Amino acid sequence: MNNPVMLASGVVGVHPDIFPRVAEAGAGAIVTKSISMEPREGYPNPTVVEVEGGFVNAIGLSNPGIDAFSKELATLEEKPLPIVVSLFGSTPAEFGDLVSKLESVSVDCYELNLSCPHVEKVGLELGQDPEAVAAVVKAAKKFASRPILIKVSPHIADIVEIVSVAKDSGADGVTAINTLRAMVIDIESGRPILSNNVGGLSGSAIKAIAIRSVYDISQKVDIPIIGCGGITRWSDAIEFFLAGASAVQVGSAVAYKGLDILSEIVNGIEKYMNNHKIKKIGDIIGRSYSSQ
Amino acid sequence: MCSTAAPGQFAMIWAPGVGEVPMSLSFMDGKDTCGFTVKSIGMTTKELCNKKKNDNIGIRGPYGTGFTSISGNCLLVGGGTGLAPILPLAKILVGKGADVTLLLAGKSKNDIPFLEDTQILLSNSKHKIVVTTDDGSYGVKGVASDYVEVLLKQERYDMIYTCGPETMLKKIFILAEEKIIPVQVSLERYIKCGFGICGSCSIGRYLLCIDGPVFTSKQIREISNDFGISRRNINGGKTPI
Repeated sequence: MNNPVMLASGVVGVHPDIFPRVAEAGAGAIVTKSISMEPREGYPNPTVVEVEGGFVNAIGLSNPGIDAFSKELATLEEKPLPIVVSLFGSTPAEFGDLVSKLESVSVDCYELNLSCPHVEKVGLELGQDPEAVAAVVKAAKKFASRPILIKVSPHIADIVEIVSVAKDSGADGVTAINTLRAMVIDIESGRPILSNNVGGLSGSAIKAIAIRSVYDISQKVDIPIIGCGGITRWSDAIEFFLAGASAVQVGSAVAYKGLDILSEIVNGIEKYMNNHKIKKIGDIIGRSYSSQ
Repeated sequence: MCSTAAPGQFAMIWAPGVGEVPMSLSFMDGKDTCGFTVKSIGMTTKELCNKKKNDNIGIRGPYGTGFTSISGNCLLVGGGTGLAPILPLAKILVGKGADVTLLLAGKSKNDIPFLEDTQILLSNSKHKIVVTTDDGSYGVKGVASDYVEVLLKQERYDMIYTCGPETMLKKIFILAEEKIIPVQVSLERYIKCGFGICGSCSIGRYLLCIDGPVFTSKQIREISNDFGISRRNINGGKTPI
């Protein structure tokens, strides 16, 4: 990666046609929308609703399926930036199949979505069970020649335990955190606005939870962490580095400033480092606790 | 906010408990009122058509990039429901002193909304209204693009504005490119968020909900692999048009 600022999963990164534009916007890498074995329509609209400090979405993991997705990915003439493919399934075998299907496609990393909060039997339902997490990571690892990240939710009793189990099963890194279960009700009709009623809250509203999650993991588990959740400006990214993240993913902020927010954050990080005479990001990772 | 939107911009309209759909604004007074023109084609639009006065609906927007108006000689072509953003555009162009030729196209007379409104708006003799219907039940029998070809032989236009079925748009775009006339084309795609984050409305390197729905000739050339050829369906896969 040219820089530590990645585009988070579920944001714009559904269709490879747009990846060159994400690269031009300055992203260090792109994480694709989560892909499954079979195509999935997701939930009907309304699927996104804006709230103070972010958005609640229940897109419902819509995706064209692994075959259509890899076929389209293969049509990219050259890979414009490092590509992390987000994957979800309901069994360890499915994760294994997904990875093995992608091994022949030019991608750089896999991110296992074990934390989607609004779809039954996948995502969070798997991600809160340490045994299931271990089985999924092992199944994926068996076929993977590229690094494997797991994306975790703060909704679990012990995030450190889950990450620790994932690491022991072969995970190379962790992305923390996914969205949090949330709901918005329209007071005129008296109904929840999202068609699925419940969705996942993202945006600056969840940043402090994400920071705490990264901080907890970083102190207890020796594994690279990618911070995600509410990064809307460069100073948020610095905060994640200090908490223990070695890279960050930006999602909801794209809604406010477009993809240009990516280079804005990258430039802000550089300026901060120059001003504080920091040679490399590695020098400040986890400094919030290591300097105490 | 929608009352001061530009023609071509859209809003997401929510029928509580049923669904949410993107709709072009068909009326905005620049002060405090805006309007949509809804044709019943799916569950949500059917529900919207059944709404009565004082019923509540949800509106968020305006979103996207609308038409840019000019003051020269303009050809406006709207096909069926694609006429919705064309009417407020015609109003603005008339206000700017443009010469407007408006082509309203539909399968039959019942598919041509706004006919009376446009006749009043464009009553000045410097403007022109043409109607084409596929079945010949009103106006000229035939498809819009055929008549555009006729018009382009008769007159030089400074800009062509169009909205409607994509096959029609593509034919018109090709004719305009041959004559080197700039176009502004309003396209339609499956929209979820409406503000450039979910990616479901992508066309080539563009996101329709923020970069469009109105695209310029230059942008259309950049998406030639998709324009009039394929669109993203609800799961994000490509489907032929």
